[in-house]
Amino acid sequence: MTGRPQILARLDSPRVLGYVLIAPAAVLLLGLLAYPLVLGVWLSMTSATLGNAGEFVGLKNYATILDDPIFRGAAAFSVLYTVCAEIGKLTLGLALALILNQRFRGYRAARSLMLLPWVAPTVLSALAWLWLLDPQFSALSWLLIKLHLIHDNVDFLGHAWPARFSLIAVNIWRGLPYFAIGYLAGLQGISKDLYEAAAIDGATGWQAFRRITWPLLAPITTILVAFSSIFTLTDFQLIWTMTRGGPTDSTQVFTTLAYQRAITGGQLGEGAAIAVAPIVFMIVLAVIVVRSVRER
Amino acid sequence: MKHPDRREFLQSSAAGIGAAALAGSFPALASAAEASPFKPEKGAELQLLRWKGFVAKDDEIWAQNTAKFEKATGIKVKIDSLSWPDVTPKAALAAQVGSGPDIIMGWNDDPFVYPDKLVDMTDLAEHIGKAHGGYFDLAHAYCYDGEVKRWVSQPIGVTGNALVYRKSWAKDAGFAEFPKDFDGMLKLARGLKKAGHPCGFSLGHAVGDANGWTHWVLWGFGGKQANPDNTIAINSAETGHALDYAKQLYETMIAGVSGWLDPNNNQAFLAGQCGLTMNGISIWASAKENPQLFPDTANVIPPYGPSKQHTIFNNFTSAFIFKYSKYPNAAKEYLRFMLDTPQADPWVTGMVGYVTPALKGYADLPVWTSNPNITPYRDTMAASKFDGFNGKPGKAAAQALDEFVIVDMFADVCVNNMAVKDSIAKAEKRLTTIYKR
Repeated sequence: MTGRPQILARLDSPRVLGYVLIAPAAVLLLGLLAYPLVLGVWLSMTSATLGNAGEFVGLKNYATILDDPIFRGAAAFSVLYTVCAEIGKLTLGLALALILNQRFRGYRAARSLMLLPWVAPTVLSALAWLWLLDPQFSALSWLLIKLHLIHDNVDFLGHAWPARFSLIAVNIWRGLPYFAIGYLAGLQGISKDLYEAAAIDGATGWQAFRRITWPLLAPITTILVAFSSIFTLTDFQLIWTMTRGGPTDSTQVFTTLAYQRAITGGQLGEGAAIAVAPIVFMIVLAVIVVRSVRER
Repeated sequence: MKHPDRREFLQSSAAGIGAAALAGSFPALASAAEASPFKPEKGAELQLLRWKGFVAKDDEIWAQNTAKFEKATGIKVKIDSLSWPDVTPKAALAAQVGSGPDIIMGWNDDPFVYPDKLVDMTDLAEHIGKAHGGYFDLAHAYCYDGEVKRWVSQPIGVTGNALVYRKSWAKDAGFAEFPKDFDGMLKLARGLKKAGHPCGFSLGHAVGDANGWTHWVLWGFGGKQANPDNTIAINSAETGHALDYAKQLYETMIAGVSGWLDPNNNQAFLAGQCGLTMNGISIWASAKENPQLFPDTANVIPPYGPSKQHTIFNNFTSAFIFKYSKYPNAAKEYLRFMLDTPQADPWVTGMVGYVTPALKGYADLPVWTSNPNITPYRDTMAASKFDGFNGKPGKAAAQALDEFVIVDMFADVCVNNMAVKDSIAKAEKRLTTIYKR
């Protein structure tokens, strides 16, 4: 018998070794990501109910939900919720990062405290906000009354538009640290030399931001917006805890409606179709983000 | 010499049984086990998923009774508790994946959503029913599946809804006695509003509270979600009258009810911001901690509407056993034991009527007449109607309830100022879609 076993000899080929090395990751990804996704898409094309596998019905579930005004409302609010929350988080997160990028007394403590909304469990945050926005016991209303800005408590969650914007505000509060910490890391990676050179050339602060800071933050912006959009579009806990999709379904989003139809209502096929629908929006969002960054 | 009353007798009996069990011999339970047709499997262990009670004594006494069962049979029972609205989705997942707790104490139509996954409970339901005076009609409606023609769940009871109000404020509004009909109640609500003590009924997605009062008003006027053949019947003059009434009642309510979830009315009432609401006995039980509030808090059975019959919607709880359980007989024996008098009496008594049993025999427990504020909760069971009334309880009724179709119909008129006919048409369209599946 001469040399190494044949199987080990084959590993000398970079091509074979490459496949072997990525195999564990590929198995994990296929098992944990691809399988549920494929199963979801399959279920969305069946008449499955809880405990019943159902039959293949093609695109019937999609036709049903497109004809459903509650689904259309949920889709519209999901998009509005995501777009408004992302704009808010991006703008305020960047502003916060610019402030925290300065060296001032207590800046380290400020950076740590900033993370609190993001690290606190979502349900606890939602319950705290539910209390802050309570129609009878709202601390915010109390403060506004004490400041003589209003006379009666604000009914934050009792009507469609105030409830929608309240939820968007809470989502911004919760997701702000994600943007701020990301931008802070980005800001610290920008060489000071660039700002010094700009200052010598007479650039104003705004010009330095526009010509140096913002373009150099573009790569991190892409990542932050892409990931955060996906988290926001699939947000469930915050809305379910605070409004359960009410009043009168005005704050339903894809996830809450899918949960209501599939899990508590037992209509797995229809629920899966609602859950799969945001994938289209996610692809659209991803394309917009990637294109906008490329154009820069 | 003072003769022991029934309660003392039962308590001493239970204590004696416990002591005997600890000593290694428990003749009373042994004879009961012999009499029971349910022989637990060897080496059985059970897992129960139930909802977490609003009254602490509920969980506490249930756990004590379970410990008695464990001592008597040697069968370990693990109890997991969840917030009550979370049990239904958990049970649905157990049905779907075919794994999870042996027994689940679920709500309303839960067992009708996956009857094929459940153990036939006919023998148990009939055995317990026979031993305790039979069941109220609601138990049959929610636990006997007409499609598969068998009991799919063991009836337990309702977390009854009654009206809770402040006596002195009602008196100030001119009502020494609580009104008996809808018109009187509207006058009372207006009086309370005028005096600065408005009523409060949820119009948000509050699973128990919003569904509770809107169905009461709808049915009180003779409105119905469906006919007995499950054709949609919501589009009627009676529904219109109910919505007109609700709109007037809404004008007397505290601000913010359209966003109320289940805890809100409790908080508002206990804080003295609201003079009248509909709730389980938990508000009255919590008020005990407030010496000023408690004597002024009263519970009454909700008044009749023009339909001249009680029309209360209560959440009904029942226990079902999944076919994947390796120990269905042990599970049945556990439920039989827990609903037997030595366990059920202290449970119902200890939680002062938070759950009204589905068994008629327990309507005679002394706790129901021990305080006039508890008695209305005894009567909620007999006065109850099932969701989807007057259609068939089942998947469609469950989904309509779950989607708040009736609540949103009321909220559209009261809060969103939608025309009554448009609101009814919207609900009718949604119900038609749901019932067509």
